[in-house]
Amino acid sequence: MDEVSKARQSTGKGYLRAKRILAYTVLIILIVISLLPFYLLIMNATRGRVQAGVRWYPDVYLLDNIKNLFGPLTTTNYGSVFRALGNSLFVAACTCVLTVYFSALTAYAIHAYDFRFKRAAHTFILLIMMVPTQASAIGFYRFMNDIGLTDTYVPLIVPGIAAPATYFFMIQYMKSSLPLEIIEAARIDGCGEFKTFNRIIIPIMKPAFAVQAIFSFVASWNNFFMPQMILSTKDKYTIPMILAMMRSETRIDYGVINMYIVIAVIPVIIIYLFLSKFIIRGIALGSVKG
Amino acid sequence: MKLKRILAGTAAAVIAVTAFSGCGKGSSSSGDSSTGRDPSGAETPEQGKVLNIYCWNTEFQERFEKFYVPNADKSVYDGVKINWIQTTNEGNLYQTKLDEALKNQQTAVADDKIDIFLVEMDYAAKYVNSDVAVPLADLGITSDDLKNQYEYTKQTFTNPDGKQVATTWQATPGLYMYRADIAEEVLGTSDPDKVQEQISDLDKFTEVAAKMKEKGYYMVSGYDDMYRLFSNNVSAPWVTGNKITIDDQIARWIELTKEYSDKGYNHATSLWDDQWSADMKKDANVFGYFFSTWGIAFSLRDATVDQKIKDDGSNAKEGNGLYGQWRACPGPVSYSWGGTGIVACQGTDNEALIKDIMLKLTCDTEIMKSMTADETVQDYTNNKEAIKLLIDEGYTNPFLGGQNHLALLTEAAEKLDMSNKLSAYDQGLNEKLQSNMKLYFNGQKTYEEALKLFYSDIKSLYPNLTH
Amino acid sequence: MKKRKSISYAKWGYIFLIPFFLVYAVFSFYPLISTFATSFMDITIDQGFISFSGAEEINNGFCGLRNYTEVFTGEIGRSFYNTAVMWLMGFVPQIIISLLLAAWFTDLRLRIKAQGFFKALIYLPNILMASAVSYLFYGLFSQGGGIWTIIKDLTGYEGVLLDSAWGARGIVALINFLLWYGNTTILLMAAIMGVDTSLYESAQIDGANSRHMFWKITMPLIRPILLYVLITSLIGGIQMYDVPTLLANSNGYPGQSLLTLVMQIQNRKDASPGLAAAICIVIFIVTAILGGIIFLATSDRSDRRFKKKSKNAAREAV
Repeated sequence: MDEVSKARQSTGKGYLRAKRILAYTVLIILIVISLLPFYLLIMNATRGRVQAGVRWYPDVYLLDNIKNLFGPLTTTNYGSVFRALGNSLFVAACTCVLTVYFSALTAYAIHAYDFRFKRAAHTFILLIMMVPTQASAIGFYRFMNDIGLTDTYVPLIVPGIAAPATYFFMIQYMKSSLPLEIIEAARIDGCGEFKTFNRIIIPIMKPAFAVQAIFSFVASWNNFFMPQMILSTKDKYTIPMILAMMRSETRIDYGVINMYIVIAVIPVIIIYLFLSKFIIRGIALGSVKG
Repeated sequence: MKLKRILAGTAAAVIAVTAFSGCGKGSSSSGDSSTGRDPSGAETPEQGKVLNIYCWNTEFQERFEKFYVPNADKSVYDGVKINWIQTTNEGNLYQTKLDEALKNQQTAVADDKIDIFLVEMDYAAKYVNSDVAVPLADLGITSDDLKNQYEYTKQTFTNPDGKQVATTWQATPGLYMYRADIAEEVLGTSDPDKVQEQISDLDKFTEVAAKMKEKGYYMVSGYDDMYRLFSNNVSAPWVTGNKITIDDQIARWIELTKEYSDKGYNHATSLWDDQWSADMKKDANVFGYFFSTWGIAFSLRDATVDQKIKDDGSNAKEGNGLYGQWRACPGPVSYSWGGTGIVACQGTDNEALIKDIMLKLTCDTEIMKSMTADETVQDYTNNKEAIKLLIDEGYTNPFLGGQNHLALLTEAAEKLDMSNKLSAYDQGLNEKLQSNMKLYFNGQKTYEEALKLFYSDIKSLYPNLTH
Repeated sequence: MKKRKSISYAKWGYIFLIPFFLVYAVFSFYPLISTFATSFMDITIDQGFISFSGAEEINNGFCGLRNYTEVFTGEIGRSFYNTAVMWLMGFVPQIIISLLLAAWFTDLRLRIKAQGFFKALIYLPNILMASAVSYLFYGLFSQGGGIWTIIKDLTGYEGVLLDSAWGARGIVALINFLLWYGNTTILLMAAIMGVDTSLYESAQIDGANSRHMFWKITMPLIRPILLYVLITSLIGGIQMYDVPTLLANSNGYPGQSLLTLVMQIQNRKDASPGLAAAICIVIFIVTAILGGIIFLATSDRSDRRFKKKSKNAAREAV
């Protein structure tokens, strides 16, 4: 068959339908597997203290677990659940804002300006991206200890300003979506550099912001390693730390633990679903080329 | 812009919330002073206002608040803020944090100094043999005060200079718990004395295991269930002078467990696993478990019931799963398992308070008797007199079908000898041996391969040890 | 097009860089230097010994490259293999499925409905904590668990996958896949949607089928994002830690087969800080080399090719 009819065949209705069925099937399988952990989590949150094996339908201990989770025993042992949620939220939100804003600012610096060490700075940041967080962790802790910043949130939030991976994303995004003419135009209009960034560039970067905001929020929310190293007062603990504490009890109450995880996950899911509209819109916006 | 505003608003709201919920949750309460004791007449220097306690879970906190606070000596307790510094035990984090704090101890501000820290039996030796623990005698606790403590607990906490530097409120002798219904079926009797005759040593135990197997039952559930029986009876510690030696007893455990695994006498589970817990239920086929005191009250009781035991205890009776169907007997070998020690840290500024805590919780007969009698606690306390009183008062345990297992535990506890058996590296060695030998037991690796992996794991954990 | 104004604006470039570099210097660079320094020291800290005098630390001072040689030999060397294997087992399916999904979602003729719904759901696992997911999967695959029961019922196989080296590695790869494929799909979608549809139209007129269009147009043009995905996944893969640790134990049970490089650091950092530091630096160098290769080999070329292609497409569209 010649090329044209081959092409016509590949766009024929039957072929499309078959492909569509395949696509939906694969999607549904993936969705089921993806949702499996969530489903099981919720099922486990309705079960009792000792949970052997897997249970695919709810048990009767949902209210008990909620009662215990917010009850006096848990509060004395681990601090108020609300408090831990608040702590996690505070740290994650602050980190997220700082990361996104300053990564964009740094990317803007490299993208929009021409100066002698531009290439070197860019390469340097990429290089840092390769360093595992564990590498500087030990020295980091010692240093924080020496300057008395342990058991505060500063070491958890402030380093978010220097986030190489986010920078990388921002600059890739800028390269394809941020034409320099806009900056020129702003300058001609008499806009100061900083104002240009804040008033004009940031709105354009919204989709990138949305995407990276979620990534960095989730990363900070789920982070166990750093807070565990830095914090020592129970009142300041974040959720992953409390979970670890609950797991090392001899009288492990799995119903409560799973309920706790469910509650810990809900704010993140809400924020994600809220932002997902931005992302989708952002993706559409990002496809318009200058 | 909207996005940033939302995020900023959220952050601000959260800050506000956390600021308001910052009202203190101090765990020091002013309990009843009606049963308080008079302080000993010793002169005490200016006492600190903050008591820092390092722990890994809330067990001690619960004992403290339920049994110490109502009985506290107000002259040393009032006005002191109790600070619970809890770090999870996972990944050795507790010790890491504790060691860091110990390094800073001498330069720390008085209120930040460690006052008390807890230790588990498996690594107690590390702290007992060091210079960071305060001998009890220096706190003013005499050997007369300690006279009711079981010998083996005193041995565990005695340092090379012969001074006891830690104390515990728990004694943890172990027993073999078995199911009465299966005993009736296979052995024809469920009477503890008669069953004990049949399993009074390891060879007999193995014979009964074969009988169980014939009828389709497992003698024990997991590979590591019997570990303590052997590790408690070694002739020398794991490590002497930086050299690891696998004691004959440990080798015997490996041999025995391999035999049991090959013949199907165990259910191939691992300690604390879901399946291991599930094997305690009515529809499971496991004949018995090795548990020490706390295991019976918590692990076994909570796992074996079908309906979770309500707070008012109303469904804690026969018919609820296997409640009332378990019996206890001494088992083939006497052993102990676990236990938490309280250590006073050098440099503390709360000696008088610590002394009071230790006396009340680990030496006082009345208080310790109430700890064991308490339904929700049931700690087998480290006080021979208290246990004797309970037994004399006719103690029975409904969970065990009315059996008086305290009498058995007393016997077992007296027999225990922990001198020259512990090393500072026990925790890592026990753990790594068990996890690597599992590969040998389930046929994944040969014995030599498993052993090699064991030494490799130990090398990364304790590089200074040789074998 | 890249003509700049006079140098006076350059200083703003420097100014805007300050926050990043300042924070980095203080919080990361300084500790990194101290790690680098430590990697040349022979220090052993006896974990069974504690004292106020610090006698448990045996510091033998500078030992040259000895720590580094130890990293590449024997046990630690094996961790390179473990890490690479588990990463590949997860990433290869991940990139294939993500590309497939992204292509399907953006294929206008295919008209997949409820895309927003699907997209939201495939990303969700990423939000769950690695600890929660690992723990749940541990329960599913261990003896008596849900998936173990299903496998037993279907095939009669009673073994526990978690007890065999490849079974356990497979589960780790599965978890990694689940956690990240949604993320990758969304990013690739963003990239594909950025490709000018007129290119596809003109190609179709020329008789190209969808496979041609995918490989000759889409793939080259989404190279920047593909690159981003590859590099970040590679970096994440080399630093794999949470999932293997939480699924098994800190020593990569069974038989150290799950033991990754970062787990080695965690295991040894208390007792052998010098060795642990050397592993850190080695990870850094390896990642830098790999990342550098990928980056240099593709990025500049693709930038040039991209510009040429869009110029061609623009010319043709006229």
